[in-house]
Parts: sequence; structure tokens; C-alpha cells
Amino acid sequence: MIQVQNLTKRYGPTIAVKDLSFTVATGEILGFLGPNGAGKTTTMKILTCYMSPTEGQVSLEGLDVIEHSLEVRRRIGYLPETAPLYHDMNVLEYLSFVAGIRGIPRHEFGSRIDRMASVCGLGSVMRKDIGELSKGFKQRVGIAQAMIHDPDVLILDEPTSGLDPNQIVDIRNLIKDLGDEKTVILSTHILSEVQATCDRVLIINNGSLVADGTPAELTAKFAGDDQMRLVVSGSSPEPLKSALMAVSGVISLELTDGSEIRVNITVESGQDVRAPLFRAIADAGWTLLEMHRESTSLESVFRQLTKDTGDAGA
Amino acid sequence: MRNTWLLCQKELRSYFNSPVAYIVLTLFLLITGFFFTTTLFLIGQATMRQTFQLTPIVFLFFVPAITMRLIAEEKRSGSIELLFTWPTRDWEIVVGKFAAAWIFITMAIGLTLAFTYSVSGIGSLDAGETFGGYLGLILMGGAFAAIGTWTSSLTQNQIVSFVVSLTVIAALYLVENLLGLLPMSWAPILQFLSVTHHFNNLARGVIDSRDLIYFASLIILMLKLAHSSLESRRWK
Repeated sequence: MIQVQNLTKRYGPTIAVKDLSFTVATGEILGFLGPNGAGKTTTMKILTCYMSPTEGQVSLEGLDVIEHSLEVRRRIGYLPETAPLYHDMNVLEYLSFVAGIRGIPRHEFGSRIDRMASVCGLGSVMRKDIGELSKGFKQRVGIAQAMIHDPDVLILDEPTSGLDPNQIVDIRNLIKDLGDEKTVILSTHILSEVQATCDRVLIINNGSLVADGTPAELTAKFAGDDQMRLVVSGSSPEPLKSALMAVSGVISLELTDGSEIRVNITVESGQDVRAPLFRAIADAGWTLLEMHRESTSLESVFRQLTKDTGDAGA
Repeated sequence: MRNTWLLCQKELRSYFNSPVAYIVLTLFLLITGFFFTTTLFLIGQATMRQTFQLTPIVFLFFVPAITMRLIAEEKRSGSIELLFTWPTRDWEIVVGKFAAAWIFITMAIGLTLAFTYSVSGIGSLDAGETFGGYLGLILMGGAFAAIGTWTSSLTQNQIVSFVVSLTVIAALYLVENLLGLLPMSWAPILQFLSVTHHFNNLARGVIDSRDLIYFASLIILMLKLAHSSLESRRWK
């Protein structure tokens, strides 16, 4: 379990993180969301003992990050944002070096490195200099480096940046698999990534926590009205409009003219109006060609919470 | 201790993985070889003393060139962030990197044994003087390497690190020359500070604990400074 209590970090006069508190349970995959400069990276640097907090306590399994720094670092695997590796080493040399620093016994080096190579797909580049690798491979070496000692906690700062779509899916699946037994904290500003991988989301803005919950909870909590999109034929606008407005739950609608009428309907959130809408159209003898429901996405929640530069509140 | 050794090995490997090590070693041997041959034929004696007297001037440039990247490069590339979040103690990092530079310098000094060997064929060398000279060179190399490790920890720019360590080393090297400008009562202080003074004592073949303590404390002081400079990131 990771506990962060009233964490504040100041760089001179600038406040990067202010009074941030949260806990992460073992086995949880936590997504850290926020616009650039929100304080995600600073928080991660404090969790990994790279920097000290100005105020507040941060602990892992009850071990304080300052007093028991070495013990905390042993239990964490960390991938910084830019995956800064030693470019003059080849992948095998680098992973052996990290395995040594991580205190893995020599006779286990081979098996650990082989496992990382297969998990991260590094088999083909083991003998290549890291400096010559593409961004995606460097990122994967960075992830291998973070996992080689089988840590309890993985902290990944934008793990999928610079990867191609196939690699992104691979890494997401990898993170999900890991999340069964390990605690994972990942930061990102790709919202679909959070929806695809995380059990829980923290949204921070200007160094403060603005939202905390599962992706579903957040969308429900901050949801506005739902949107429905329909395409109907065999009708004319006016009778269609009055028929649809009669369905309970419909707040307002806009429609286009033509043989296929496109309708945008705003519906009270939480109301399922799909069946009544279908019946209203079918009973009148019109044809429903398309129906699509757009529930509020995490994306709009994110934008709503972080667009104000001032205090967004939660 | 294991981490210190791993870091030291890593640094040594990165010296020899790049052409820099070979270029620097070649230059070092060329310049010391030039000093060796010119003084040998000028004096016409089987002694290494003249070469030992001139080698410190080579060190003035040679050592900062070797140490400038040690920590500065890690800061520039950002790899220091991983280094600091691995379970390594700050002193292990400082000592490991310093040791790699010192080993590299000692290897360079070792290569000059070829000169010593060739002189020993034409006349009898003073064993004490030669041993003292080599010991002095190795200790001076260590002290300069420690200075370079410290200046490399201050910046992420290798050139800045080079210039600052060159300046500090030059100050310790030349401080004795202020003797003529200052009152005589200053002499013991200047001599105590001067690298040249302690080196010359050893190079005469007189192995005095005062000179050994001087070099040891200079190394410890500089590594301590480098250590505090790394620790400054933990300031709140």
C-alpha cells in the first residue's frame, strides 16, 4: 500500500504539488491523469525517492520514502518519462548491469534477462547498442529495466509515449497482466489508455487532486446529459420532432432536412430512452436507420475538470 | 561495496567502448615520451626524475579530460534519475566513478614503465627514487581525479567541469610560486597546500607520512564535496 499525505512540493516560489493526499492499494492499477505541468511527474519523482517532499509524508508499506529510502527503492521499479538509458551499452550489457545493481544473484541473470526479453519483445535487439535503437525499443528496454527485479510496485511515467499502435496494445496488456499481482502507477495524458488499463483514476490539476475514482464512477459523477444520434427515413421533420419530444427523458433535439433525417437528441443522464424512441418511430410507420448513444466520456470529464487554470474544485 | 565495483566497471567499460580512451592514452604517452627522450639525452643520466617532474603538467589537462564526463554526462542525459532511484547509496556512486577514473589514470602511468625499463638497460636506476616517483604520480593522479569527480558533480556541462577542475588543479599546482610575493611566514601554509611540494618529496624517494596524509585527505575532502553535491537534490 502506498500512502501519500498532504504532499507539497515547492521549487523556489513555484508550487508543483500542493496538499495532495491519496492511497493506492496493493494490486491496484492507478492512472495518474492531468495536463502537462500538473504535478504528475513531480509526485512520481517523490514516490521513487528521487526528490524529497517539501511537506507531507509519503510511505510504501509503512516505510517512509526519506527514512527508509533504500528499502523503498528496492521494492519499486521506475520508468522515467524520457527512458534515460546508457547509450554506449548494448541491451544485454545494460540489463546485466541493472540486474547487478538490483542485487540479483549472478546465476539468475540469464533467466531474468531472458524473461524480460520475451515479455518486452527485446529478443532481436539484445546485442545492439541502446543508442542505435528506435524510440519504441528504448521505451521497452526502460520497462524491462523497471521490472527485472520483480518489484512489488511499478511506477511508469508515460509508458506508451513514442510507441506505435501495436506496441501500445502490447504494453497495455502487459500492464494489465502485471496489475494482477503488483501495484502499478502510471501517468499519461492519453485518456483511452486509462479507460483500457486502470482500476482507478486520479486527476490532478495545478498540483491538486480534482477527482478520484474508477473510470466509470468519474464519468457517472461528472456526466452531463447524454447524447443520442438517430437517422430516420420516411418522415418529415415536423411530425418527427413532435413524436420524439413526447418520449419521456428527452430534453431537446435538433434535426436536419432531407430524405434521411439526422437527429441529435439530448437526454437526461441515466435515462435509457432507446426502446421508447424506437417504438415512437416504428409506431408512426417510419424507418429507423441508425441509433447511437454517446455517454459522457472520460475525455469530457477531464476537460471539464482541468480547463480552468484556477481552482477547478471537485 | 558490490555496487561501487559495478559502477566502476561500467565507467571503465564506457572509457574503452569509445575512441576517447585510446586517443587520450596515445596523447599522454606521446607527450610524456617527448619529455622523456628530450631530457634523457640532455642530461645523459639513467634517471626518470626529469620525466616525473614534467608529468604533472600533462596531468593538468589529462585528468580533467578523463573525469569531466563522470557525473555531468549522467545529469545531461537524465540517466542520473534512474541511478538515483536504484538502490545505490550516493557514496557508492561517487566512489565507483572516482575509482574508475583513478584506475584509468594508473593504467596510463603504468604504460610509462616502458620508458623506465628502457632506461634501466643503459644504467642503474635509483630504485627508491623511481618507486617514490611512481607512487607520487599515482597519488597525485588520485587527488586530481577526486577534484574532477567533484567538479563533474556540479554541472551538467562537461566543458564547465573541465575548466573548473583545470582551474582548481592549476591553483594547487602553482600555489607554491606565490612564495616570492608573500611574507616568509606564509611559506609553511603554501608548502602545505602545494601539490608540487608533496609530490617532489615523494619523487626524491622520501616516503613521508605527511605527504601520504596530504594526498589521502585531499581525495577524501573532494569526494566528500562531490557527495554533498549529489545529496543536494534531496533538499526540500
